[in-house]
Amino acid sequence: MSTLEIRGLRVNVGDKEILRGVDLTVRSGETHAIMGPNGSGKSTLAYAIAGHPKYTITGGSVLLDGADVLAMRVDERARAGLFLAMQYPVEVPGVSVSNFLRTAVTAVQGEAPKLRRFAADLKAGMDALHMDSSFAQRNTNEGFSGGEKKRHEILQLELLKPKIAILDETDSGLDVDALRVVSEGINRFRSSETGVLLITHYTRILRYVTPDFVHVFAGGRIVEEGGPELAERLESEGYEAYAKATA
Amino acid sequence: MGSEKGLLAGPGNATGKPLSTLHEKSSFNVEDFPVPTGREEEWRFTPLSRLKGLHDGKAVQDGADKVDLSLPEGVTAELVDRDDPRVGKAGAPVDRVAAQAYASFEKATVLTVPQEFTGDPVRIDLHGQGGTVFSHLVVDVKPMAEAVVVIDHTGTGVRAANIDFLVGDGAKVTFVSLQDWDADAVHVAQHNARLGRDATYRSVVVSLGGDLVRLSPRVNYTAPGGDAELIGLYFADAGQHLEHRLLVDHSVPNCRSRVTYKGALQGEAAHSVWIGDVIIRAEAEGTDTYEYNRNLLLTDAARADSVPNLEILTGEIAGAGHASASGRLDDEHLFYLQARGIPADTARRLIVHGFFNELIGRIGVPEVEERVLAAVEAELAR
Repeated sequence: MSTLEIRGLRVNVGDKEILRGVDLTVRSGETHAIMGPNGSGKSTLAYAIAGHPKYTITGGSVLLDGADVLAMRVDERARAGLFLAMQYPVEVPGVSVSNFLRTAVTAVQGEAPKLRRFAADLKAGMDALHMDSSFAQRNTNEGFSGGEKKRHEILQLELLKPKIAILDETDSGLDVDALRVVSEGINRFRSSETGVLLITHYTRILRYVTPDFVHVFAGGRIVEEGGPELAERLESEGYEAYAKATA
Repeated sequence: MGSEKGLLAGPGNATGKPLSTLHEKSSFNVEDFPVPTGREEEWRFTPLSRLKGLHDGKAVQDGADKVDLSLPEGVTAELVDRDDPRVGKAGAPVDRVAAQAYASFEKATVLTVPQEFTGDPVRIDLHGQGGTVFSHLVVDVKPMAEAVVVIDHTGTGVRAANIDFLVGDGAKVTFVSLQDWDADAVHVAQHNARLGRDATYRSVVVSLGGDLVRLSPRVNYTAPGGDAELIGLYFADAGQHLEHRLLVDHSVPNCRSRVTYKGALQGEAAHSVWIGDVIIRAEAEGTDTYEYNRNLLLTDAARADSVPNLEILTGEIAGAGHASASGRLDDEHLFYLQARGIPADTARRLIVHGFFNELIGRIGVPEVEERVLAAVEAELAR
């Protein structure tokens, strides 16, 4: 059982305050959806938790099973069991997918996986995500289509087996087929042992990945919370009410 | 490019034919080159005080190499004098040190690769044992031969050399020059390649060791269809000066050239210089050329100078371009890898390997590729 506990989190980019006190708890076995208009600070929450250097924490705390996440380096956070699937995965020239993934699995597990075992896991993961086997030899994210990048993020999720996964707009830019494949990957990952924080602008992915809790983000904080029915209301009414409320 | 011939030209002469401004003077006579002061364009990046007298006439031949030459069957070696017509045929010295080397060597070595030769690489292991050495090597590759020549520089000392490649019609040559010197070595060399019709020349320069390395790979064409690929990889550590000055002179139609140099620098006062000169003369219609230099600065106090010069004197070309960029490790690359649990030093190593990998894969000589991969690994472990 794991718990990610975010308390009063305040985050700046430069001099500008983006997050203005976020409180949220994600436990194993739970799937939380964070929804909100563009610019509401959803992605900032994801990157601040992962430790991107662009974001400055000005207040609050983030604890993973009681351990102070904000005191950890970026790689330590990942090894502690946090995973961020990025909206815009970064191209790393000259580093093959298989080399990258093997290095990451080695780092997270603390020892190099047996080659045969790793190759089998990689192949199974790629098959499940309908990825061609040539994928492993390509350079990490280089020349990937939007859908390929997102599949590659979910492949990492399956191989690295984090405790809590934060998925930042994993659904954006996907066609229906890719959305279904990626959603199936997320659902395979969900279990009583894992927690998911799904950040999205659209309700579309929530038809495939049903959340237990829905939080509406606006103006750098959570302004409303509810169950799956809240997503349905947003689907019909949009974010306008919240945009006005925070303007 | 579709403009009328000559419209893009620089200065003209009495006949109206455009002249290149890039082509430095060349001469076999040392006296034609004044002792450099460091203010000259071709010397402004080079720390003259560390040249051990190669540039001002003070250096005299007082050293020796331990040479291990392995020749595949069919390839011959001979020692000849300066007046042998093959010596200097590929190109004349373009700076004072190259002219000094030409004036000072005792005997030139000529390797002859016979017509239609195929076989194992020629290997020349040069282990410097201290002192100053002037040398001249000519590799005469006859038509339709396919040859790989690997020169491996190790050890210490001061070396000024000219290396000439005469690449016959339809021949294919790969020339690898590895600079794996001890930390105090000084090495200045001019590489001249003269390409025949439909000849292919690949120059691979790998500079890792030495206090000061200054190499000038140059290519000229004598007939259409020539194809030159010049690739280079360097890794400058604290205090090292690694300089590569390239010139591709397109003077006949329908030839191709590609220049790709990549370097990494780390440590206080690590310095690299890349000069990429390409001339497309008025006669060289249908030229296809591209030159590329990238530098990765791994620490703050390193400096990479990168100067591409492309001089186009005809509008009728197939393609011409250059790109040059120097920068630090990309923070987004580091973040992405670290966000997957990979510690910063491992992430940095992965990125630098990635930076060089594609280039190493293009060397095309497997044992050299392995050696260079291992060398990059060793540099990163420092």
